[in-house]
Amino acid sequence: MALLQISEPGISTAPHQHKLAVGIDLGTTNSLVATVRSGLSSVLLDEYGHALLPSIVQYLANDDIIVGHEAQVQQSLDPQNTILSAKRFMGRGLKDIGDYAHLPYKFVDKDGMLQLETRAGAKSPVEISAEILKILKARAEQTLGGELVGAVITVPAYFDDAQRQATKDAARLAGLNVLRLLNEPTAAAVAYGLDNASEGVYVIYDLGGGTFDISILRLSKGVFEVLATNGDSALGGDDFDQRIFCWVLEQLQAIGAKVTPLNASDTRMLLTKAREAKEWLSEHMSAQITSVLSNGEVVNLTLNSQVFMGMTQALVTKTLNPTRRAMRDADLNIEDVKGVVMVGGATRMPQVRKAVAEYFKQELLTNLDPDKVVALGAAIQANTLAGNRSENELLLLDVIPLSLGLETIGGLAEKVIHRNSTLPVARAQEFTTYKDGQTAMSIHVVQGERELVSDCRSLARFELRGIPPMVAGAARIRITFTVDADGLLSVSAREQTSGIESNITVKPSYGLSEDEITTMLKSSFEKASFDKESRALAEAIVDAQSILEAINSALVQDGDVLLSAQELAAIEAEMQALRELTAKTDSHAITQAVNALNHATEAYAAKRMDVSVNKALAGQNLNEINL
Amino acid sequence: MAITLTETAAKRVEKFLSNRGKGIGLRLGVKTTGCSGMAYTLEFVDDMNAEDAIFEQHGVKVIIDPKSLVYIDGTELDFTKEGLNEGFKFNNPNVKDECGCGESFTV
Repeated sequence: MALLQISEPGISTAPHQHKLAVGIDLGTTNSLVATVRSGLSSVLLDEYGHALLPSIVQYLANDDIIVGHEAQVQQSLDPQNTILSAKRFMGRGLKDIGDYAHLPYKFVDKDGMLQLETRAGAKSPVEISAEILKILKARAEQTLGGELVGAVITVPAYFDDAQRQATKDAARLAGLNVLRLLNEPTAAAVAYGLDNASEGVYVIYDLGGGTFDISILRLSKGVFEVLATNGDSALGGDDFDQRIFCWVLEQLQAIGAKVTPLNASDTRMLLTKAREAKEWLSEHMSAQITSVLSNGEVVNLTLNSQVFMGMTQALVTKTLNPTRRAMRDADLNIEDVKGVVMVGGATRMPQVRKAVAEYFKQELLTNLDPDKVVALGAAIQANTLAGNRSENELLLLDVIPLSLGLETIGGLAEKVIHRNSTLPVARAQEFTTYKDGQTAMSIHVVQGERELVSDCRSLARFELRGIPPMVAGAARIRITFTVDADGLLSVSAREQTSGIESNITVKPSYGLSEDEITTMLKSSFEKASFDKESRALAEAIVDAQSILEAINSALVQDGDVLLSAQELAAIEAEMQALRELTAKTDSHAITQAVNALNHATEAYAAKRMDVSVNKALAGQNLNEINL
Repeated sequence: MAITLTETAAKRVEKFLSNRGKGIGLRLGVKTTGCSGMAYTLEFVDDMNAEDAIFEQHGVKVIIDPKSLVYIDGTELDFTKEGLNEGFKFNNPNVKDECGCGESFTV
């Protein structure tokens, strides 16, 4: 007999047509799946009662794939075929991940995207993530007794286009219909029902196993807007374990125990003991660390919470710097913050809670399980999107992390959609041709805050061909940037008079790391005045070249007819002077030379005007001319 | 005529209602669909109709429209776990036949 759940009034579904939808937190360290039953969001457990599925995939020699706890056991025995933290590689190229020498994997480059060489062949992070999603999908379908209509999958707020697309691809590969990608902080806010709360600014402090993210959301009219994000992709609960681990070694050495070299299994065992001690200290004043090393050395130590807090003070402080930066980026004061949501297992530590509460000068939201809160919120959103709620008032907005724009003449980046615009968004801007008779236009889509294209990230290039030949500046080309609710960008170009069109959906071959985004933002602030001068110079050069071009083509037509040799020489001298200046970097001098050239050609321009007026009027009766 | 609720079911309904933040009770009903003719429905109640019958048990209001009541009179609603899932179960003495899934029935 099937089990029934309570529906919202008037929307009970027919038998076998329950709209089963889940929320999935596809995490760097652990993943979870949750669903809403009888209006209540809960995390689904596996057959052993585990909610968390370690995000670890092992490829076996017999083509089998194991995921989760079983794979975790293998990580030190078979490191090359046991992939941890595949999320860090999603939508990335080899050059994006920086220093990978310390990782036990063999990376290969495949069309700009990285893959990991395993005994089962080269595996992309998308395929690896799909294995995790398959397990969660099976868990949900087995539990709920039916096929899922879809899932909401959470991603970090700073995930760029490529990383979001990779996440969607992984879901598709796992046979999941993605209802929506949802920013993790937004999901956490939804889990706390903040979408029904009073309007205001909320901070989501997410300290996971290996990553730290801080996000600032503003709720207005039932809509969440991400005001700012910041974080540290190499800071998490594991670092606290590491500190205890180091402390244990120091203590052992202090009493003369032989601890070097430490073999892999001792290291693993001590790290596990360290983690257990850390977790124990969240609720107790002291923890006992007891063990025997493989060389027979006995470990029997007592770690009290005071000592633990002392050794991890620096780590806690390290989370407050990105927090400050995010607050500054959002242009907010502490008093503006209405609530602080704690996410991630590491936020159970009292010293973390204390530091954050002191910084924000308020009580924190901690009553939901910090490991589950993101999945719970995603499930609530999935339930709404699947149509299981009568009032579908929840529309979640996200923002783009970096401005999107295109390259214009002179290598300048023209921003079309500005950073922190809410999604979905569409913006159009008109551009024109630069040369007479130009029939094609190359559109180069870039991402970043800097003024010059060379300082921004290139996302895509495409061409608009078949523009009817016209004089420079006459064509009207409307370029539209559209970013959908999942944060995916498409760009279209349309020549307005002829109606010819061209477009592209941007699936950049590689993405940006959070650090890179931070670096790019920082450099845009630091280099603001330099950029301003670069832009002025590039614009002056474009101006100069276009006036030189115009005068040149006029001179070819009638220069020798209308001008005396002396006049011609004077103009040519000015032109030469300007040409030389364009090779230099003084925008002011170029602008002056452009003005001088304009001045020198005034008489010539007037003569040309007279000639063309005379031509138009020649042989015509005054009465026939419509003035 | 009566509908009963086990204590487990009543506790669950209370929990779900308080999580939802509004609602006056639980509506049981029967729809004429499904592979065996009729199907149960289970909904939160925000508004009651004049003709609704109300049964109160363990502090929970169970609300049923009179047309549905004839098919499920004497039913006991329970909340159980089956495998990894959990949910409500109708123990309906009127049922002559059920489809394999138990979501629809004939009387």
